[in-house]
Amino acid sequence: MPTMSEQILSRVAGRPVRAGDVVTASVDLVMVHDSLAPGIIRILHNELGAERVWDPQRVAVVIDHVAPAASVQTAEKQQEVRRWVRAQGIPNLFDVGRGISHPVLVEEGLAQPGMLILGSDSHSTAYGCIGAFGTGMGSTDIALALATGKTWLRVPETIVVRAHGTFGFGVGPKDLALRAARILRADGATYAAIEWHGVEHLSVMERMTLATLSIEMGAKAGIVPPTGLSVTGPLVPTVDADAQYQKVVDIDLSQLEPQVSAPHYVDNVVDLSELGHVAVDVVYLGTCTNGHYEDMAVAAQILAGRRLAPGVRMIVVPASAQALQRAAADGTLATLLAAGATIGTPGCGACIGRHMGVLAPGEVCVFTGNRNFRGRMGSPEAQIYLVSPAVAAATALTGYLTDPRTVMDRSPAVAH
Amino acid sequence: MARVWLFGPDVNTDQIVPGRYAPYMLKDESELRRYPFIEHRPDFAPNVRPGDIIVAGKNFGCGSSREYAPLALRMVGIGAIIAPLFARIFFRNALNLGIPCFTADLTKELADGDEVELDLEQSRITTADGRVIHLPPPPLFLREVWAAGGIVPFYRQYGRFPGEVGQ
Repeated sequence: MPTMSEQILSRVAGRPVRAGDVVTASVDLVMVHDSLAPGIIRILHNELGAERVWDPQRVAVVIDHVAPAASVQTAEKQQEVRRWVRAQGIPNLFDVGRGISHPVLVEEGLAQPGMLILGSDSHSTAYGCIGAFGTGMGSTDIALALATGKTWLRVPETIVVRAHGTFGFGVGPKDLALRAARILRADGATYAAIEWHGVEHLSVMERMTLATLSIEMGAKAGIVPPTGLSVTGPLVPTVDADAQYQKVVDIDLSQLEPQVSAPHYVDNVVDLSELGHVAVDVVYLGTCTNGHYEDMAVAAQILAGRRLAPGVRMIVVPASAQALQRAAADGTLATLLAAGATIGTPGCGACIGRHMGVLAPGEVCVFTGNRNFRGRMGSPEAQIYLVSPAVAAATALTGYLTDPRTVMDRSPAVAH
Repeated sequence: MARVWLFGPDVNTDQIVPGRYAPYMLKDESELRRYPFIEHRPDFAPNVRPGDIIVAGKNFGCGSSREYAPLALRMVGIGAIIAPLFARIFFRNALNLGIPCFTADLTKELADGDEVELDLEQSRITTADGRVIHLPPPPLFLREVWAAGGIVPFYRQYGRFPGEVGQ
């Protein structure tokens, strides 16, 4: 029986396919984001000579990478994108403040199980959180898909990351994802898909943490079985006992320690306890990896009734407006603000180093995002450590990289 | 003769062109030619010559989907990139832009600054001292896309995607 990638790609190829086959497939949804949209539009019209997108209903445009605009240039380019969206009759434009493309398309019900979703952002593997085959492509591939409704791809082999047991106190999905990166390395899943098994107990956005980080191991897609979700789609992929996998990685969640990805490579992962004293200037909670409601709630539980360490800046950028509204409604936001955190417009924030908290030379940042490449968030002389929301919040309290288990209340209400 | 620019493993697209230098942030996309490796290797952009080749370690081009990273390399006329493993999105972007990528590890065989000649047709490199290095010939569909000058001219010429032959 087929892997989840084979099930989905067989549907969109219109014939049974297996790993290694090269297929031309119908695309269910194409996501275009502001940063690359002007170039994609130019290729579509000027190079491919296509006047219209193939199906405006199947295109979503999101302004999330520099939202709100940071300069006259970016403002002009966003204006151009909005005009194009209107001219094409595309109903789904998610403008400044709605949030990051990946959670937004899931929240809006546009991304569904069993779909083939192409995104102009590399973290489009995120759509695997609801059992879709989501994959990132460059501007020319996206323009071709917009013109034709099709793409070509090689059906990937599948690597399974199989989680056992449940998370210990203070440990969560980000630690699992970083542990997988530590084992598979940055190129370990190149040309393959990752399936994440044994994580049915996680919420949709917690699953997104796993699906999103899959690209950091080189994966073409990162798919979580849509078990226990109320969403449906054109196909609900399932895990079959007879599926053929390239590799299986077993991780015991109950034995997992808080993981940290040290500068400047995502797979440079160690147990937090292996690092010495690391003084921190900036704590940055956000992105499609860990800027969800659950992530803000974990941070709020740790920060409740306390204040940030002197000299530490904590920047919280919710991944979506819905996450922000939920955090505002239940007091999570008030707790973060009372602790001294500052809140940014839902979107990508400083993840790509363009605005809203870029780093100065010599600064050290703990970041709940997905990449710690040199220069990613600003100065190439800055240091970025990737951590879970719990580690981020604990670090904000002390001013140095801190194991959340040393500062957390062990009451049963505290989640991971 | 082409010059070899040697790089280590895991060169990411933020190192090739940092997000702060994206066309999105610039007045004019043509400025992009000044920025390849601007922070990672500042001597590259001012000195690279058309036809020069990049020889790198594994996982070249990992990270962001930004096509402006290989586009910046095309703007300065990179003749080929040779690495033992390419990140998937980068490889596709480079193919789409018509930049030849060869999957081979030459990081021990060639040194930074070596003068070489690359024969794309024969998948062969000849060094200044006469050594001949054979590269694994890429699959036909890749060579067809390079020959067309990228995926857009390929699609306009053939009306189909690569790899559809024989299905």
